Amino acid sequence: MTSISEDSDKEKMRSVSVDLNNDASLVIDIPDALCERDKVKFTVHTKTTLSSFQKPEFSVPRQHEDFIWLHDTIVETEEYAGFIIPPAPPKPDFEGPREKMHKLGEGESSMTKEEYAKMKQELEAEYLAVFKKTVQVHEVFLQRLSSHPMFRKDRNFQIFLEYDQDLSVRRKNAKEMFGGFFKNMVKSADEVLISGVKEVDEFFEQEKNFLLDYSIKIKDATAKAEKMTRSHKIADDYNHISGALNNTAADNNTAFKKHLEKCAEVFEKLRKVEDRMASDQELKLTELLRYYTRDIQAAKDLLYRRARALADYENSNKALDKARLKGKDVAQAEENQKQCLQKFDKLSESGKKELTSFKARRVVAFRKNLIEMTELEIKHAKNSVSLLQGSIEILKSN
Amino acid sequence: MSEEREPPPLPGAAQTVFPEPQDAEDLFVSAASAMESPEAACLSAEDISPSSNGPRDDDPDDLFAEATEEVSLDSPERQPILSDGPSPAITPVTPVMISPRVDVFDRSPDQDEDEEENRDTFDIQISVSDPEKVGDGMNAYMVYKVTTKTSLSIFSRDEVCVKRRFSDFLGLYSKLASKYMHMGYIVPPAPEKSIVGMTKVKVGKEDLSSVEFVEKRRSALERYLLRTVKHPALLKDPDVLQFLESSELPRAVSTQALSGAGILRMVNKAADAVNKMTIKMNESDAWFEEKQQQFENLDVQLRKLHASVESLVCHRKELSVNTASFAKSAAMLGNSEDHTALSRALSQLAEVEEKIDQLHQDQSYADFYLISELLGDYVRLITAVKGVFDQRMKAWAKWQDAQVMLQRKREAEAKLQYANKPDKLQQATDEIREWEGKVQQGERDFEQISKNIRREVGRFEKDRVKDFRVVIIKYLESLVHTQQQLIKYWEAFLPEAKAIA
Repeated sequence: MTSISEDSDKEKMRSVSVDLNNDASLVIDIPDALCERDKVKFTVHTKTTLSSFQKPEFSVPRQHEDFIWLHDTIVETEEYAGFIIPPAPPKPDFEGPREKMHKLGEGESSMTKEEYAKMKQELEAEYLAVFKKTVQVHEVFLQRLSSHPMFRKDRNFQIFLEYDQDLSVRRKNAKEMFGGFFKNMVKSADEVLISGVKEVDEFFEQEKNFLLDYSIKIKDATAKAEKMTRSHKIADDYNHISGALNNTAADNNTAFKKHLEKCAEVFEKLRKVEDRMASDQELKLTELLRYYTRDIQAAKDLLYRRARALADYENSNKALDKARLKGKDVAQAEENQKQCLQKFDKLSESGKKELTSFKARRVVAFRKNLIEMTELEIKHAKNSVSLLQGSIEILKSN
Repeated sequence: MSEEREPPPLPGAAQTVFPEPQDAEDLFVSAASAMESPEAACLSAEDISPSSNGPRDDDPDDLFAEATEEVSLDSPERQPILSDGPSPAITPVTPVMISPRVDVFDRSPDQDEDEEENRDTFDIQISVSDPEKVGDGMNAYMVYKVTTKTSLSIFSRDEVCVKRRFSDFLGLYSKLASKYMHMGYIVPPAPEKSIVGMTKVKVGKEDLSSVEFVEKRRSALERYLLRTVKHPALLKDPDVLQFLESSELPRAVSTQALSGAGILRMVNKAADAVNKMTIKMNESDAWFEEKQQQFENLDVQLRKLHASVESLVCHRKELSVNTASFAKSAAMLGNSEDHTALSRALSQLAEVEEKIDQLHQDQSYADFYLISELLGDYVRLITAVKGVFDQRMKAWAKWQDAQVMLQRKREAEAKLQYANKPDKLQQATDEIREWEGKVQQGERDFEQISKNIRREVGRFEKDRVKDFRVVIIKYLESLVHTQQQLIKYWEAFLPEAKAIA
């Protein structure tokens, strides 16, 4: 069981999406979370001045599945078809630390006590990092909803925030009703439909081309970034080297022994810095790319819905023509056509707004993260340099 | 910086670091004359046949008139087959030595150790370079240029360039080992063969791995030669001089794994291993026991350290590859991005990451050549050190065996005295004298090898500490350089990131 409490650097942590939670009328955060075996229990804490809520401040426990339920209901709400729906947070993934724990258990006999303790420490740090990441990503999801003028009023959102009982019953009902059918359909058809539709509007034509291409590129960049940050495990090697040097030192005569021990110390310190370098890069760069891969997908979904509406509108036109030809059900067909046009126009209008603000948001988030990452890398590299130079001085004078 | 365990000061006035045969005076007398023309000796290196295994054949009779022991060194049967075994169990060679070059070595061994730091007489630079492929297909081989620059007088010129192939190096090691190892000298081992590596080169694959292999081998050969000439005795050895100077070197066929010599070597190694197990030595000298234990420990520790460093090299290479691939992907992303400032920033990011990937790669080479290879060399050197301790054990065993034999002969003589067989008695008395001589020789040899080992180990320890100290600092400096470059790259990128509007 691991838990985190009020984290003072949460401001820095909340990095991937920006400009959230500056509206005091509805403030949401996840101050606490418990990890039991596979399940993570988040404590969702809300402070609000809105009268639609029963209390001004309250907390509820929620599981990852509850977040997914909320996301799905929003996706399947017709009225929100013209909005970019914030991407659902990914499932908490403790596979990495768990694998490491396994390896640690297996290798216990072949390591010294110090090495084992060090690796255990590292493992705990990694676990904590994964934990923090998943809390952050769930928090950002809620904050995107709360800062959106339409979503924050959503009934299900309010239930999610307020309902002090287990949501699992509601979740089951929802699943039965929608069966996830709509979502699956969207996933498979969007590419074809979006690219197939003839676009009259210049803005959407551009957006379509951009999003289709960008989503491929960002997916690839995310994968490569993940691979890169995963392979940044030089810290492990420094740990082993440090241990081995200490062993060698034990047997030598005094002058050289001190030399070797100092060396071991250098590697130990370097390890910590390398660790920070790798994890900061992961947090700022890889997480950023991961998040925006999902967000780009959400934008594409919006385009899909609009394209679908356009297709519906074109179909309704054809139906109207046919009805006029036959002279039957003309009024109905006219009504249908009018509605389709309305829907399409609404989607286009709100879609334009959403996509524009999406771009602005994306640019700001990239800027913030790239700057923060660069500053951290510089800081760590400078630390390394001063550490190494200090040690070289000592070793040379020895 | 002196070692706490200095070998005890060497007794006597022996002004040479070399072991002497029992005819010390004779050796010096004739040596002095032979020494007038060190150059001549060198230049006649070409005439030395490959079968010359021991000391210089130019003055065989003068020096070794009293040389005892089994085999005459000039015998033509002592063809490559026998001369290349590292420790020929069958025919141990008398500890004979080339004449000491008094011009360089007129200081006592003690002084030698202290002056090792300011060895301005040790002025020799060797480089191995320009690997060239000769021939085609499976018969192809690499030829390396060996350049020696020196002011030492034992060399005929200031600067010599010769072409050598890998088996030449192995041949050199073979000869040196068989000459000096049984005297307790630590002979630096030659780089290891690699069938896989060489096959790739032979087949003509010009890819990165075979280029790296050749570079690794070139560097290893260079280190091998430098270590060899750093040893005061080996530097003077005619085989070494011939190797460095003569333009033509007879091919060392016996170094091939499956040659007759190769098989004999394997047999000898097995015999040695058995002997090691059966010889139970009464160690009267605690120093040796302690040192042996120390080297056992060091062996284990160095291997572990080596493994860790190899893992580091591997991971850094992996990181470099992944960073490069990310850089490409980021560039594509930058191209796709329609916001101009962000697009430019992403392209810059891609460039930075590309530079960083090169940095990682360079650092991994430093990891490898500075530390990993050095550790590998020392692991092999320690095996040589352990071998030398084994040689001492063998010398002890030989001495003991001689004593046992002497005892038997004495008993036999006593018996004969009772039996009153005068002719046989004479023979028995002769034999006793012979074996008395052998016992004396055995004891002397044992003491000599013990003395040599003490000195060698002292020198080895000093060198080891010095090597490691130097390398550690060099390596840390390389890490500093990498980090400073990182700072430079990221600091250049920062304004680009800030410029995103």
